[in-house]
Order: sequence, then C-alpha cells, then structure tokens
Amino acid sequence: MRELHVSKITETVKKLCIDANYNLTDDIRERFQEAKAKESFPMAKNIIDILIENADIAKNEERPMCQDTGMAVVFLEVGQEVHIVGGSLEEAIHEGVRQGYTEGLLRKSVVSDPIERINTKDNTPAVIYYNVVPGDDFKVIVAPKGFGSENMSQLKMLKPADGIEGVKDFVLQVVREAGPNPCPPIVVGIGIGGTFDKAAFLAKKALLRSTSERNEKPLYAELEEELLNAINDLGIGPQGFGGRTTALAVNIETYGTHIAGLPVAVNINCHATRHGEAHI
Amino acid sequence: MSKRITMPLTEDKVKSLKVGDSVLLTGIIYTARDAAHKRLVDLLEEGKELPFDIEEQVIYYVGPTPAKEGQPIGSAGPTTSYRMDSYTPPLLENGLKGMIGKGKRSDAVINTMKKCGAVYFAAIGGAAALTAKCVKTSEVIAYEDLGAEAIRKLYVEDLPLVVVIDAEGNNYYEIGQQEYFKTLR
Repeated sequence: MRELHVSKITETVKKLCIDANYNLTDDIRERFQEAKAKESFPMAKNIIDILIENADIAKNEERPMCQDTGMAVVFLEVGQEVHIVGGSLEEAIHEGVRQGYTEGLLRKSVVSDPIERINTKDNTPAVIYYNVVPGDDFKVIVAPKGFGSENMSQLKMLKPADGIEGVKDFVLQVVREAGPNPCPPIVVGIGIGGTFDKAAFLAKKALLRSTSERNEKPLYAELEEELLNAINDLGIGPQGFGGRTTALAVNIETYGTHIAGLPVAVNINCHATRHGEAHI
Repeated sequence: MSKRITMPLTEDKVKSLKVGDSVLLTGIIYTARDAAHKRLVDLLEEGKELPFDIEEQVIYYVGPTPAKEGQPIGSAGPTTSYRMDSYTPPLLENGLKGMIGKGKRSDAVINTMKKCGAVYFAAIGGAAALTAKCVKTSEVIAYEDLGAEAIRKLYVEDLPLVVVIDAEGNNYYEIGQQEYFKTLR
C-alpha cells in the first residue's frame, strides 16, 4: 500500500488554484484562433483579441485573468491502494485552497452560510468530490468556478418522450436566457441522465474535459457539434454585442437513468473555463 | 473612434452618449457590489447620508482581487449587473448618473435611467487583467469589513467602455445583435 502524506496534497491543491487562475489553457487559445477565422463581425473579432491580450497579460505578469477567481471545486480520484497519512484528507484540501487563494492574491469570494453571508476570508470551504478507483494513483483536479456563469446554469427534469429534441431545446433556451450575462464566448457543459444531482455533477464534470476532445460515443459527439452550431446561430456574440462566437465548445457527459426520467443539466462557463490537474 | 469622457458625468455628457458608443473614461469613480448596494439603499431609506456624494457620479460593479505590492489594484473586471437591479432605482433618483457592469438590466432600471437621465456602460467581462491597467489609484472609503465588496474610490485613465443602454433607453444588447444579423443577409 502506497503511503501519501497530506502535506503533498495541500501543496498540489495550492499550486493548481493559482495556475488555473493565471493561465488560460492551450485548447481555449486554439478555440479563439478558430473562432477568429470564422467570425465576420468586427466588434466580435475585436473582443476576442482583447480576451487573448488579457490572457497574455495574466500569464506574463502572474495575475488572475478574471477578478472572480471562483469557488474552488476539487475532484479527487483516489486509488484504493493509497493510504493517506499525516491528517485529514478533507482538511488538507481546504488548507490548499486557503494557501493558494492567499499566496496567489486571488479574491476570497466565499461566504460561510448562504443566508447569513459572512465572508470566510480564505475562500473555504471548497466543493469536493471523491471518486475511489483501482490502483495506487492519486489524481487531483481543481476547477475554480466563477459565479457570473454559474448563476446562468439550469437543470430540468425532462420526460422520456421529450427525447433528444427536448434536450436541444432546453440547452438553447438556457443559453438564450443567459445572453450577455456569463461573459460570452462561453463553454457549455451538459449532463444528461442519472438522477437530479447526478445530471448536475455530470454537467460540471463535462467542463473538465479539453475542448479539443469530443464525447467518445458518436451520438453525443454529433450532438456536441450540432449544439455548438445552433448556439452560434443565436447571434449573441462575444459579450452579447452580436456575432457568431457565442460558444467555443459544448461538452456532454451522460449516465444511465430511470425509465421515467430524462434529467438534463446545463452548466455554463465563461471562456476561461479554468481547470488544472496533477498526479501525486 | 472612442469618445473621451472625463468625470463628473454631467447632464450634458449623459445626453452626448449614444448606444453603441465606445468610450474612454477618465477620472474618479466608485466601486460597489451586492453587499455595498444593500447598505447604501438602507441608508437612503433611513434618510441618512451616504459615504460618498453620488451626484453626477458613476458606480463600477467590481470586486477586485488583492493588489500586488506596489500596484494600486489587482485584476478588476465587471461583475454581472442584474444583481444590483433592485437597489439601482433609488440611487438614480438621488443623482447617480452612470453604472459600469456587464449583462442585462431590468425594465425598472431602464425606465428610471430614462426618467433621471443616466447611462449604463459595459466593461469587457473577463478582461480583468487588462482593465486593471487603467486603474491608477484605489482607496477603500467605506465598508472595509466587506473585503472585496468594500467601496473603493478609483482614479481611472482611459477605461475602455461601451454604452450599452443610453438615457433614451436604447439597448445595445438588442441593437448589436440586429446589426450582426444584417451583415449575414
């Protein structure tokens, strides 16, 4: 059994919080170049250039791309052969967030209670998902989630009779209602199936996948492409000022579901779609 | 061509700004988000004085990241404006002339803007590192306990903005998209 000290987990979470907030991922830079080539509207092109310049400044000056440095969402894949030593795993993760948001000069945007609303001043608690897998690997993914886009996300329990057309209609309705609010161009994560909670989790998980990769199943790979085109036909455009580039990618994740249900969750991210991963 | 506008935002300047205009704003502006807005409106309801004079002023909806040593401010892009909608009409009725944010506004806000003569600007959402370069000084003037949500007095130079809703109620989120579709015909 491999032993892993919690201090290494804290260190890794801290580093990932900072990296994800300072550095735009390579796949999004590629999507920006593709979008510029397809974009005919001058205002839209101009805004894509501004966002690229912003990412360059953030990287070169080691500062956050966005002032909303997010609530830290942490996904762990824990090999069942790994023995965590030196303290509480959960506390080690919160400590990593605490250190990352303080040392990285990230904004502390979390309140301890949704109604009382007192800022915890260290960006904890993080939202943590654990997945126990075979083997002795330990994988950490940190995805700081901004709420401009999170607030525009929705979930609906469709009927089986609504089918794939119902899914498409709902996704387009969510993006249309969001309009300029989530800082388009956006990345759209969609979870289909499971239960009420599972669909939301899948939508969030879909946002972790590189925008260069399509769903493995052809049915959903095609649906991703079709929805991306349909979203970009809406004309919302970068910042909602008009244009083709409303979304850079659509990522779908699915799971088996009940004979009576068709849950669909749409989780919206801004272009930054921050996430970083490490194996310890 | 961008219009250069210097604070304070007088009635003449408000009238000169039209929907879709690119603006470079220079001068003193104030920051406030959800929690600060609630306190400002509570003060107005109690008939008390606000922590700064809002007459002919502009509020920027922003909660910046902490500044690096030697810099006035951290990253500082706009937050989504609709969360401030319920607090905005009383501020406009008390002399506020402009707001900077991103995203849609309610009919109640737009109607009060028309009545009182005010402008809603968008800053580029997501371009927070770039926007911060326009902020030359920053000072917390109220509600320090709110952290990132405290009210700051900023001096900005050539802050790039777009007039999204002008004092006549014209809305660039509608017009810009219509203009785009016209280019496809």
